[in-house]
Amino acid sequence: MKPYLLLVASLFLVNVVFAQSSTIKGIIKDNKGNPIPGVNITIKDSYDGATSDSTGKYSFRTTEKGEHVLLLTSIGFKSQELKIDLKGATLEMNVELKQEITELSAVVLSAGTFEASDRKRAAAVLDPIDIVTTASGNGDITGALKTLPGAQQVGESEGLYVRGGTAAETKTFIDGTLVNNFFFSSVPNIAQFGRFSPFIFKGTVFSTGGYSALYGQALSSALILESIDLPEQSSANLGITVLSGSAGFQQLSKKKNGSWGINYNYTDLSLAFALIKQQQDYSKPPRTHNVDANFRFKTSKTGYLKYYGYFSHNSLAFTANSIDTLGYRDGFSLANTNIYQNLSYKENLANRWKINLGVSYTNNKDDIKGNLQDQQENQVQLTGLEGKNFQLKNRGNYWNAKAVLEKKLKGISAIRFGTEFNQAKDQVNFRAFNGQLYPSSLTSSISSFFAETDVYATNALAVKAGMRMEHSSLLDRTNLAPRASIAYKISKSTQASFAYGIFYQEPERRYLPGYKGMDFMRADHYILQLQKVAPGRSLRVEAFYKKYQQLQKTGVTGFTETVINNNGYGDAKGFEFFWRDKKTIKNFDYWISYSFLDTKRDFLNYPYAITPNFAAKHTLSLVAKKFIQSWKTQFNGAYNFNSGRPYYNIKLDNGSYKFTDFGRVKDYHNVSFSVNYLPLLGKKDSKNFAVYVFQVSNVFGFNQVYGYKYSYNGARKETIRPPSKIFVFIGAFLSFGVDRSQEVIDNGL
Amino acid sequence: MKKTLLIAALSLIGLAGFAQGDKFEGAMKAKLENIDKQNTVDDWKEMANSFERIGDAEKTQWLPYYYASYCLIQAGYGSTTPGEMGDNSQVIDPIADKAEILLNKAEALSKDNAEICIVRKMVHGLRMMGNPMARYMTESPKAAAALEKAKALNADNPRIYILEAQDKYFTPEQFGGSKEEAKVLFEKALKLFDTFKLVSAIYPNWGKPSVQYFLSQYK
Repeated sequence: MKPYLLLVASLFLVNVVFAQSSTIKGIIKDNKGNPIPGVNITIKDSYDGATSDSTGKYSFRTTEKGEHVLLLTSIGFKSQELKIDLKGATLEMNVELKQEITELSAVVLSAGTFEASDRKRAAAVLDPIDIVTTASGNGDITGALKTLPGAQQVGESEGLYVRGGTAAETKTFIDGTLVNNFFFSSVPNIAQFGRFSPFIFKGTVFSTGGYSALYGQALSSALILESIDLPEQSSANLGITVLSGSAGFQQLSKKKNGSWGINYNYTDLSLAFALIKQQQDYSKPPRTHNVDANFRFKTSKTGYLKYYGYFSHNSLAFTANSIDTLGYRDGFSLANTNIYQNLSYKENLANRWKINLGVSYTNNKDDIKGNLQDQQENQVQLTGLEGKNFQLKNRGNYWNAKAVLEKKLKGISAIRFGTEFNQAKDQVNFRAFNGQLYPSSLTSSISSFFAETDVYATNALAVKAGMRMEHSSLLDRTNLAPRASIAYKISKSTQASFAYGIFYQEPERRYLPGYKGMDFMRADHYILQLQKVAPGRSLRVEAFYKKYQQLQKTGVTGFTETVINNNGYGDAKGFEFFWRDKKTIKNFDYWISYSFLDTKRDFLNYPYAITPNFAAKHTLSLVAKKFIQSWKTQFNGAYNFNSGRPYYNIKLDNGSYKFTDFGRVKDYHNVSFSVNYLPLLGKKDSKNFAVYVFQVSNVFGFNQVYGYKYSYNGARKETIRPPSKIFVFIGAFLSFGVDRSQEVIDNGL
Repeated sequence: MKKTLLIAALSLIGLAGFAQGDKFEGAMKAKLENIDKQNTVDDWKEMANSFERIGDAEKTQWLPYYYASYCLIQAGYGSTTPGEMGDNSQVIDPIADKAEILLNKAEALSKDNAEICIVRKMVHGLRMMGNPMARYMTESPKAAAALEKAKALNADNPRIYILEAQDKYFTPEQFGGSKEEAKVLFEKALKLFDTFKLVSAIYPNWGKPSVQYFLSQYK
């Protein structure tokens, strides 16, 4: 009998509990007093709760009794727990929730920074794919970046000339470590391409100044590249173009925790040069063999070990009419072998610590010959022009290593510190016309220590402060470089930021060894930015001032130009504008960038401070992309303009440098156009993918002049122009075993 | 006497347990009433919140987290503008992140579950909608892989084919979309609903009305 009684009693009790209920109600607001809809209000460990409505109000009944915890959670806000005592009455709980500071919602320290990545950040004004679909970029990483404000349209030599700085003032980093020979070896007055395929990188950060203390030895700019972690699928690739043939293979492990791959690329410009007339006569058209290999391991859920190895050999030889002596020809030949290896490791450790390690090694060999030839292509030696016949053997060995430790503090605030080591060994053997050998070697290392902190006080205010210390063994000097930036969100889509920093750099190695007592060159940056970002549209306006001190001044000692003092100086100021719109017209995407630059400097052999020949006052780029779905074709166009750059001829006269000629070249215009046709796009069950590319640079055949070159005596000058007026590129790229059409289908939704 | 007490105690525990189980099923059933309806974004969010609450209280049930994730994804889709190809990640990403966290909680409680794989496909689909142009390369293989896994676990789950059919249905023809192929897949899904064995009344069973809706569009 008793059990039944108990049963009945217990059922009765349950009923009693159900009978008495409390009501909880209230209104939920953020710290500015705005109601928050969609907040999940819960009595912890019960089913009872409610969701706040559009006015932030909520109300619910509960049968729970006694002391409980009321839990409030909402996307974008910090959750809150409140103690409540339920006594069967109505409880009014009005709560204020604090915004959660997340990378997504927080202001971005974006002054001087352009990012091409799929991360949602205000600095990410480009998508990774933009790097290869910018018509004037020629599929080269820096080519696309030259359409951004701050970068010059210098076409006669490779590299990024940023805000009045030389190409040597921009340094490139892959997975944190410095890259020494990012471009193919220089050829007089012909810009070279970058060595690395843009497809191996998932993120590109292009800083036009004021960059973080994690990077150094670059007076103007840092180009920071992050390699991809794991490929999405295994694949094989084949590429055939008028310039090259390539084949590659990438294998993803079954467990998707590792991958390896190898690629081979052969470039031969003889066909292209036979069809498109070049200014130079090539006895040996440029030919390049490239092999690269990689492996990537997922060492844990958050850890990666990545290796990238690169080998390349290229050679070329050409002659051109000599400007110094009529009827003779100047010959130039180059053979280069380059090995680059990069190993990096990243891992999230316990207690919100994170580690990044990287080491890279480069071995570079250049064999360069210059000579004077008669019409029968025999080497000749003319009195007064003996210097035209020479041989130069450069051997470089470079080690770079970097370690960064990061500790995440509250929210997304963090501290970072670490060390970097760069060692460079250069051996230069110069053989003069008379067979005399002038060997020189130079070894130097730079040890750096750095620390910085990001503090996000609220979603609207962020500060980054850092310090970098560098010691150069060659200069035997130590510097201290503070960096700081601050960003403030004015409204949901508008933010203002400011960046400041001191940047040091050793004098360029090609002018070393120099005088005793050399110091670092120095640049101070001040950058002010206003940015407005709405879905599909971004606008930024930036003003900057840059002050140069202790720049290298050079003079001729023996056969070579070397640093003679650190008395150079200069400044650069200007403003820039960037507007991108993907939204207004469907499937049409364009951006406009404009830079105004006012700069003067006294460095190298300049007689006094002048606007350098690599700095144009006005630079404008217009880039447009249009995808026509039914044709499976993307059309890309670009227009680049800069106002005429100054040119100078500087000659040594009675022990001092003087101008023998100067002026301004005509304005530069370039219109490029490319078409990408994807015939297998969306084809049913296609495991293959094909892209056909047709590209024309300087469509209208504008007469482009970069500057002037002068005869030794300064009596004659010739324009420096692109090697050909118009260039046409045709290529087919195929990928097997990867069903990318599915990706595109989903994209088309 | 001792024995009687023991029985009494056991029955009490049993009753409590039964009551608890009943409460869970009852609460779930009540919330599931609207799962196949055209709800507003706010409704979906509210449903997601309710399911999350149940999941947090129960701690060992995968279904509430599964449904919370599903409802949140629906809220996410409801927050997108059809045909919008630009960057909408600021709106979509927080929702997709939360839906993924909820789904991971469900998966931690029930491994190798075809239903969870199907919703995972939807998480990747939603994330891609945050910025289709930039993300299709990374998100769509993940979505496809999730659906492959679902097929390997239970090829007879009709919801696999609903998702496939919808992809085919909405994709322009020049990109491999096909209303006819979609129809075949919708029909396959409809047929599978007839034979699909429901473990219990609160197990996933959504999708049939939408299949019927799509098929009615062909007439």
